[in-house]
Formats: sequence, C-alpha cells, structure tokens
Amino acid sequence: MAGFDKVVTSYEEAMAGLEDNMTVIAGGFGLCGIPENLISEIKRKGIKGLTLVSNNCGVDDFGLGILLPNRQIKKIVASYVGENAEFERQMMAGELEVELTPQGTLAEKMRAGGAGIPAFFTATGFGTPVAEGKEERQFNGRDYILEESITGDFAIVKAWKADRYGNLVFRKTARNFNPLAATAGKITVVEVEEIVEVGELDPDQIHTPGIYVDRLIQGTFEKRIEQRTVQPSSTAAGE
Amino acid sequence: MALSREQIAQRVAQELQDGFYVNLGIGIPTLVANFVPDNMDVMLQSENGLLGMGQFPTEETIDADLINAGKQTVTMAKGASIFDSAESFAMIRGGHVDLTVLGAFEVDANGNIASYMIPGKLIKGMGGAMDLVAGADNIIVTMTHASKHGVSKLLSNCTLPLTGKGCIKRVLTDLAFIEIKDGKFHLLERAPGVSVAEIIKLTEGELVIPVDVPEMQF
Repeated sequence: MAGFDKVVTSYEEAMAGLEDNMTVIAGGFGLCGIPENLISEIKRKGIKGLTLVSNNCGVDDFGLGILLPNRQIKKIVASYVGENAEFERQMMAGELEVELTPQGTLAEKMRAGGAGIPAFFTATGFGTPVAEGKEERQFNGRDYILEESITGDFAIVKAWKADRYGNLVFRKTARNFNPLAATAGKITVVEVEEIVEVGELDPDQIHTPGIYVDRLIQGTFEKRIEQRTVQPSSTAAGE
Repeated sequence: MALSREQIAQRVAQELQDGFYVNLGIGIPTLVANFVPDNMDVMLQSENGLLGMGQFPTEETIDADLINAGKQTVTMAKGASIFDSAESFAMIRGGHVDLTVLGAFEVDANGNIASYMIPGKLIKGMGGAMDLVAGADNIIVTMTHASKHGVSKLLSNCTLPLTGKGCIKRVLTDLAFIEIKDGKFHLLERAPGVSVAEIIKLTEGELVIPVDVPEMQF
C-alpha cells in the first residue's frame, strides 16, 4: 500500500484493529447494500460487546443477524428491527440493548457525525418516546428536539465500484446509508464488487470521494433478497 | 358497507394531483399506486432512496440492488432518481413531498398519531414513520375505524406511544373520511351505505357532523 492506494487483499487485514466494545457503523437497508463479508469477518474474529449503528439488524442467518448467536452485539441503534427471531429473543430477555431511532434522524446522525456537526435540531420525534431526556426548543413557533450525531470506531460500507484511491460509486438503492456511514468512521472499510485503476472513474460520477475511505477490498457477494416480489413476464407493461 | 382495503386506496387516490410526489407507507397505502388515474403523472418516493418507483420486476429483471422501503424488489420508473438516506429524509423532513399516506393504530382529535409501538408486545421500530409525519404537511392516514372488537381508533387522546404530535389533519377509514381541526374530528364523507349513526357509535373522540354528509363517490 502506498500513497492514496487503499486496497487491502484480505478481510483479516480489512478489519484489523477492531476490538471488543467498539462502535461500528454499518451501511445497508434491510439486506440491500450490506457489507456482508465484512460482517462475516467480525463474526470470525469473535469480537464482543459491540455497539452497532445500522438501520436494521439483518435476518437470523444473514447480515448483522449472524453476530447475534454468539452475543457479539451489546447494543444496536436502529430504526427497524423486526425481521429476526434471535434478535427478538435477546431484546425481550434484556440481553441486547436497543435504541430505536427514526430513520431520517439516524441518517442525519451519521451525516452530521461525519461532517463535524455534534448535534442538530429536528421536529422528528417531538412529543414521542424518542424525545425523552432530550433538549427541546422552538424555532418560528415549531417544536424541535436536539439529536446528537454519531461517529464510529469503524464504519463498514458496501459500494459497487471503486478505484484504488477509494473513490466510490454505489448502485441503485444499495446506496442507502452507505455514503453516510463512510463519512462517520474513524476507520472506514469499504468492500466493493470491482476495483478499477485510478482515472477510470469519471470524477463527476463519484458518490463518495476517497478521502473518507481508509481500506478497500474487492469481494464476492450473495446479495440475498428479503422480499422477492415479481409480476409475471406476460403482464409486465414496462414503465 | 365498510370499504375494502382496495376501496380505501381508491378513495385516497382521488386526492392525488398531476405532478405530485407521493410517499406511500406499507399496507393499504401501497395499494394507492394501483389507482393512479391514467391521465395523471405521479412520482412515488421510497424513503430508502428512490424517487420514481416503478412496478414489480419480472423474474428476468429482478435486481437485489433495487428495493423499496418495504424491502420488496421493484423497478424504476422513467425519470427516476437515486440518492442516499440523508438526502431522502431531507426531501421528507424539508416538506418537499406533496402527499404522504400511512397507516396507524390510533389517531386522536388533536392530530396525534400512534402507529409504531404497542407496549408489552414486540417492538419493531418506527422506521421512517416519525420523520414522515413530522415533515409532511399533507398527510392522509388510512386505517380501520375501529378494532375487530368494536373499539374506536379515533380517540380524544391516543393511548399508545405517539409517532407524532399534532401532525394529522385527514383520516380515511373503512367507514368515513374525516378532517381534524380545532381539536375535533369533522365528518366529511361516509362510505356508501354506512350510516352517520354507525360512524358516531365507533368514534370515541368528539365528532362534528354537518347537516349533509355525502357518500363517497367511486
């Protein structure tokens, strides 16, 4: 590795330095655009006591859900967690701390964290359980609550393509939280489907500049589909 | 007769306007997409980062990287755009979405909505619902008027933890179309064949009834 070249060649190297009780921010929405191999590496390392920040927590045997059976997650900050039996069991048993956070607030917490903004006011959640213990303030006659931003010891991100400098391009709705997570990690690790040479990506088309990326690895992906909804080919009208 | 899920969606679709950007929640709201009038262009926003959601794909065109907020595989309509989650909620929170349709457990006469949590039961989370109700000016809540046991869901005060405070102005149930203002429910329309008396019986919060309550037209 030299200069701006972020490429590493093993998942062990990609997640080196991750220790017990760290905070990890993960990209992905449901099972779409999740850094599936980086998650597997966390499982393999057997790291425990993690605080995870992610919109969801995977399913029982895929995504972040695979970190549950060995009790690797201490706390999760998420907006929606209902797809996972072991998660439910650990939450009901009080073995897993869950901080439910509105989806837009979660996205903004990552964005602000990565942008050096410690907190922001939002109307989202005012007058609800989310507002408990938070500062409230009126602007122009409307009520807002103060939400603190989030940064992580690590951020784990899935992108489609990258150049060796870590400039990233995402694909379709697999983008979701990934660009935000990428900005908010002290160490940001990105796995991609394809790494190209520097200069091959059009600078105008880069979604996340390489400055946010510390380590980059090329992987192969299962890309499991959570809700497979189709229409018969014969009735497809096309949009 | 109480409206079917499809009829609720059909009545909501009458509130669409040409050129509207619309966010549809999971369940009945999703069905509204099936009733967009042919002569109208409406663009669907999916909060996971897609503006211009299309139909379901075929087996040949299915793409794991392209889903909606309900995690269903979808396609993109012509003119669609893709963005990250912060941008998506900037649209929502910033009031750029013209109409939001979502479900609820309870709504009260002060415009409060409870839709994400029943204490003691499994708590799955609010997803984007809190942002949607806080950010949108034009919201229609769709739900059944009362539970299967005849317990009203239109209350003087919500009993469940709130998703949003004072943010709901219109509710479409299987029995009635209702506006909320000045701390009261106002009956705008009734489902075909449903009597005003029946609606009164199943509305716990204060209900203002005009002299003439028209039946919904389909």
